[in-house]
Amino acid sequence: MPSAVCGGLAGSELRHRRGRGGPQAARAAVPEEAAEAAAQSPKRPAPGSRPSEGACRWVLLALVTLLAFATRFHRLDQPPHVCWDETHFGKMGSYYINRTFFFDVHPPLGKMLIGLAGYLSGYDGTFMFQKPGDRYEHHNYMGMRGFCAFLGSLLIPFAYLTVLELSKSLPAALLSAALLTFDTGCLTLSQYILLDPILMFFIMAAMLSMVKYNSCADRPFSAPWWFWLSLTGINLAGAIGVKFVGLFIILHVGWNTVSDLWHLFGDLSLSLVTVGKHLTARILCLIVLPLALYTAIYAVHFAVLNHSGPGDGFFSSAFQARLSGNTLHNASVPEYLAFGSVITVKNLRMAIGYLHSHRHLYPEGIGARQQQVTTYLHKDYNNLWIIKKQNTDSDPLDPSFPVEFVQHGDIIRLEHKETSRNLHSHYHEAPLTRKHYQVTGYGINGTGDSNDFWRIEVINRKFGNRIKVLRSRIRFIHLVTGCVLGSSGKALPKWGWEQLEVTCSPYLKETLNSIWNVEDHINPKLPNISLDVLQPSFPEILLESHMVMIRGNNGLKPKDNEFTSKPWHWPINYQGLRFSGVNDTDFRVYLLGNPVVWWLNLLSIALYLLSGSIIAVAVQRGVHLPAEVEGLSQVLLRGGGQLFLGWALHYFPFFLMGRVLYFHHYFPAMLFSSMLTGILWDSLLRLCACGLAASSLASGVHMGGVLSLLLGTAYSFYLFHPLAYGMVGPLAQDPRSPMAGLRWLESWDF
Amino acid sequence: MLGFLQRPIVVTADVNLNVVALTAAGLLSRLWRLAYPRAVVFDEVYYGQYLSFYMKRVFFLDGSGPPFGHMLLALGGYLGGFDGNFLWNRIGAEYSSNVPVWSLRLLPALAGALSVPMAYQILWELRFSHCAAMGAALLMLIENALVTQARLMLLESLLIFFNLLAVLSYLKFSNAQHRPFSPGWWLWLTLTGVACSCAVGIKYMGVFTYLLVLAVAAVHTWQLVGDRALSHVGGLPRGAGRAGVGGQGQEGTGVCVLGHVVARAVALLVIPAATYLLFFYVHLTLLCRSGPHDQIMSSAFQASLEGGLARITQGQPLEVAFGSQVTLKSASGKPVPCWLHSHPSTYPLSYEDGRGSSHQQQVTCYPFKDVNNWWIVKDPGRHQLEVSSPPRPVRHGDVVQLVHGMTSRRLNTHDVAAPLNPHAQEVSCYIDYNISMPAQSLWRLDIVNRESDAEIWKTILSEVRLVHVNTSAVLKLSGAHLPDWGFRQLEVVGEKLSRGSHESTVWTVEEHRYGRSQEQKERELELHSPTHADISRNLSFMARFSELQWRMLTVRSDDSEHKYSSTPLDWVTLDTSIAYWLHPRTSAQIHLLGNVVIWASAGLATALYALLFCWYLLRRRRRVCELPEDSWLRWVLAGALCAGGWAANYLPFFLMEKTLFLYHYLPALTFQILLLPVVLQHISEHLCRSQLHRSLFGALVVAWYSAACYVFNVLRPLTYGDTSLSPSDLQALHWKESWDILIRKH
Repeated sequence: MPSAVCGGLAGSELRHRRGRGGPQAARAAVPEEAAEAAAQSPKRPAPGSRPSEGACRWVLLALVTLLAFATRFHRLDQPPHVCWDETHFGKMGSYYINRTFFFDVHPPLGKMLIGLAGYLSGYDGTFMFQKPGDRYEHHNYMGMRGFCAFLGSLLIPFAYLTVLELSKSLPAALLSAALLTFDTGCLTLSQYILLDPILMFFIMAAMLSMVKYNSCADRPFSAPWWFWLSLTGINLAGAIGVKFVGLFIILHVGWNTVSDLWHLFGDLSLSLVTVGKHLTARILCLIVLPLALYTAIYAVHFAVLNHSGPGDGFFSSAFQARLSGNTLHNASVPEYLAFGSVITVKNLRMAIGYLHSHRHLYPEGIGARQQQVTTYLHKDYNNLWIIKKQNTDSDPLDPSFPVEFVQHGDIIRLEHKETSRNLHSHYHEAPLTRKHYQVTGYGINGTGDSNDFWRIEVINRKFGNRIKVLRSRIRFIHLVTGCVLGSSGKALPKWGWEQLEVTCSPYLKETLNSIWNVEDHINPKLPNISLDVLQPSFPEILLESHMVMIRGNNGLKPKDNEFTSKPWHWPINYQGLRFSGVNDTDFRVYLLGNPVVWWLNLLSIALYLLSGSIIAVAVQRGVHLPAEVEGLSQVLLRGGGQLFLGWALHYFPFFLMGRVLYFHHYFPAMLFSSMLTGILWDSLLRLCACGLAASSLASGVHMGGVLSLLLGTAYSFYLFHPLAYGMVGPLAQDPRSPMAGLRWLESWDF
Repeated sequence: MLGFLQRPIVVTADVNLNVVALTAAGLLSRLWRLAYPRAVVFDEVYYGQYLSFYMKRVFFLDGSGPPFGHMLLALGGYLGGFDGNFLWNRIGAEYSSNVPVWSLRLLPALAGALSVPMAYQILWELRFSHCAAMGAALLMLIENALVTQARLMLLESLLIFFNLLAVLSYLKFSNAQHRPFSPGWWLWLTLTGVACSCAVGIKYMGVFTYLLVLAVAAVHTWQLVGDRALSHVGGLPRGAGRAGVGGQGQEGTGVCVLGHVVARAVALLVIPAATYLLFFYVHLTLLCRSGPHDQIMSSAFQASLEGGLARITQGQPLEVAFGSQVTLKSASGKPVPCWLHSHPSTYPLSYEDGRGSSHQQQVTCYPFKDVNNWWIVKDPGRHQLEVSSPPRPVRHGDVVQLVHGMTSRRLNTHDVAAPLNPHAQEVSCYIDYNISMPAQSLWRLDIVNRESDAEIWKTILSEVRLVHVNTSAVLKLSGAHLPDWGFRQLEVVGEKLSRGSHESTVWTVEEHRYGRSQEQKERELELHSPTHADISRNLSFMARFSELQWRMLTVRSDDSEHKYSSTPLDWVTLDTSIAYWLHPRTSAQIHLLGNVVIWASAGLATALYALLFCWYLLRRRRRVCELPEDSWLRWVLAGALCAGGWAANYLPFFLMEKTLFLYHYLPALTFQILLLPVVLQHISEHLCRSQLHRSLFGALVVAWYSAACYVFNVLRPLTYGDTSLSPSDLQALHWKESWDILIRKH
């Protein structure tokens, strides 16, 4: 069937577009011409072949979907213990079921869906998910894994449909689907309770619906057009709701939309009103709708999680007041700070935490060897301080003394309640921020020296000279050196338990780092007053949780002397991730891409750049191409260009990121790269076939090429499938292992 | 041939007095009392130390930028006859009499002065009027921040000079398109490439302007590729030649697309790369002596410097043989460079956390030279500890034992948790306690940078890993400091699950000699005696370049907060200033402060340009072209270079995590100043509808410029620091709360 090779590619689809296109058709002039030329070429497809091709397409889709589900659900229950990051995301799913508040650096949608899947499948949220390797025993974990595997399986039909839409070529679509089906990496990543399958599902769904609505461009404002457009928006909200990586697909869609609008705007046959309608439709569906959904996700998140839990300390005092079980919930505390009160002091900058001290000393060589003072995000007895007068050692809680309130400008001492040491600073450099002074705990039983004196100051005084709990923004000025107490926000090394550094900064610039508020306040001599003021509005909560997440993400810095994955490792499949098991007796699962697929993808990107630039130069030089080559090069430049853009957008930004990176961050990019591979090889083989036009070899070259690629990937999957489905026995570096011959790179350690 | 004799020799000089006047004014403003103050001003203290290193030809490593800028400053010192003897330790310190202050500051000042006429030239080449071009130059002339920065021994004015030179020569080149491949065309094209690489060579920041010029050149080239009037290759008619087929063009019609593309690629990609390498070549040639930063570099690099390690390693045998005495240095410089070490103390029986140890002799990594760093490479099959004759070299894959020189115990590792990293194995020197814990002291040699599998272990050059034969653990520096029982030396462990080859598992032989004595006493004597010397071993230039460049990019400068540091957002509104210098007695002081009028109007002009550009673009898309084609193209090119130059030199700072200062903004500001007259001329030509409007607008511009001059004059004492101001005068200059004007309290 030589007709399918060249002519049938773009002809039939574009032809009916012209019929209905009306005035809009003009802007699609170039492919239109090509299509017409293709249709007029002698190798026009026989009219009878169209219904059968349509049927063929559906049969293949069903087949591809079936195979995807079969591979993803095969041995889904293995291993029956917690694998890798299941310990986080499974745990967070449980939090939703238990409605306890937690903090995570990713937006909530993915974990909410996991929680929902668990809830619906009868998981009761009682499993602890403490560490990888814990057995699930009787707990029902299959619902959550099944949900993830379901979404992971859908990636493949999505890829199939996307490529089909972009290239109008069944072999290309089939090839892309096969690459993804037979990739051990995608398979492994889809089989566990992780955010990645959910994220990739939304990314691919957004891509598919964008491509679909692009192909409806000739029928604007029709029902399918609206459907796909709004579906794109919904999927964008889903993608960014799972992980911030979803931003890249938003950029992709945004770029596509802008260039689309630019074309419409330049089309003089459209009135400005029509262009305005187009613009409004896109703003509605691609900006307003996703924003609304994204906000709704958070509304649900906050509504569901209304119990105090492990994440409280990351948030401001006001935020905590809305969590039942938290000490600030319906709190009643003494209103004004008095001498002798026991308090906790919280930094106003988000995600810094409480002023904290503990019995450990600063190590030798780092300032004076005195007790460490840090900030700590969790609630703890070591966060309690007693506020005392400068020089009196008399017990202020003695009932014979009158209550004396702390005033703005008073000289005070802060005594750590557990260790009875005073907050102290001196002219030694701070451990990390060398230009600041060190802050320590000093003195015995509250007796120290003049370096323990601090002047307490209220910023923007609103409540007179007294200091109000929770509401007053205060800072502490060290009397002797004149520096201001603050937290640099940098994590101390292991000796400081990775808590955050506290310094005394000689630069009196007013930053949030050096402003504090009093949170807990215990003073038996004062009456407790109920505080009703602390109900933050929803926008405030939303903003705060984003600030905390961003800080959390920035805080995930690689530590020294740690082997970290670098973005350049990823496309070459340099190193995998251990999902489960280390030793030869364990059940081991190793996340590693199928090297045949990945290296083919890598080669394809290089080939694509080469062939793409050759075609672009040829077009720019005005070289006259034969009609079928013209059609193929359009597919390569436009369809391939879309996918290439997707790959680049999901890959290159990682080079700029300072946070810890892992191998699995590459998988969204890998999806795009596999689709590109499908289109590229199909087009290249067709071009070869066109080169041999006359001979009977032509169709043979194409079919043979595609078939051998399909079989090759399938065979490599057969070789590498133990990586995903689990293996027991000696490690691969042992020559007795069945996997020994497959350790093609020394850096693979399965 | 002698045709020139038949006609008189005529020189036609075409002197643009505007340019001459601007140059003179620029020189006057930048060079006036250049040697004042005769004290270290701000970052001179930083660049000065490197200057001294150049004068003394001592090797140094500065992570802040490539060496070309430092070398230019050093050239000033060389011309002034500076001997490098000055202690650069404090801002404000008086220069001693041997420091030629004037010539040290001369080159930056000249660069700053020449930027003024170059601004004129750029606007002129952009096809704007003489008036606009004069305006641009005059604005450059009275910008206080540029004056301050140019008058001191700092790099920004040099960077700005080369940025402008790159843009100017590219414009000259693209305006010479009607005579392609003429000498002038080649000159300007090459100069573009050279100026770009000079800018990059001064500060990495120069890359932004380089990329901008490349982008503009790429767009122009792409348009050229689309020019169907040019042939593909050589002089062949269109269609006959195929792209990719190489061929020499016919004489006369040799204008072909391939030629254009190749010429640009060579001039804008190859030449800059070569020039950049040249900077490093000169740098490494100049700095041939060892110095304080040696330790960061690899042993091989250190050995290529005079003195230091080279003195020790000269004349060592190259090939390590069985019986060799060696010191092993860890390739990882983190946390400090150190050597594999052992001493007679043993691991404590049990650690603080209750775990037990093998109680065998400690093996550590020690950051100082010590006789206990010596190890002997022993053939496991033989007892001899001296080198046989002829020496039997050790090759990749050989199994060896390492015997500690002073204690004669063998390097050993076993299945006991290491003291600080319990997941790794303890490494010890084996003591036979007779407790059924056999010695496991066989190590397989793995040369990481080998070229063949039979490669011989070489001193300094070979990077080796030692893989334990029994457990396949790799000898690794963990980087942790041992507690008091280990004398705070660094922990060495056997890493079982090693992933790839990390620096911390790699070791090199630094000192090496063939052992001659069998007796332990003699051997100890031998170990204490220094190694002998003769030949030196040279690393190729490319190897030294790549190592130096890599270290420069990865060296960690502690990102300390600075009193005068600021954020990019502060720069546009000039919400920050830097106090550069304060007279030790009076209140004369130098500040980096911009001309507020220019900063504000330049910001406005940029915003206006962006708005107008978008407006025109949208209108043109709907086929409404109110601008003639040529003035539209001129407007776009000016925007691409000036507004683009501003954006390219400014926006990347938002992504940077290092400490930033106001002076980082100056290159971007320069481009913004160039944009200002562009916008003004455009308004006057296209937006003022009548002659009356135009005259009014002209008057406004003159008034505005006078205001700028006035501000320049008011801020002049802070720019030049030549007059002592009274506290009330200073208070009057305190226009913004955030400016750090220093007022003495008496």
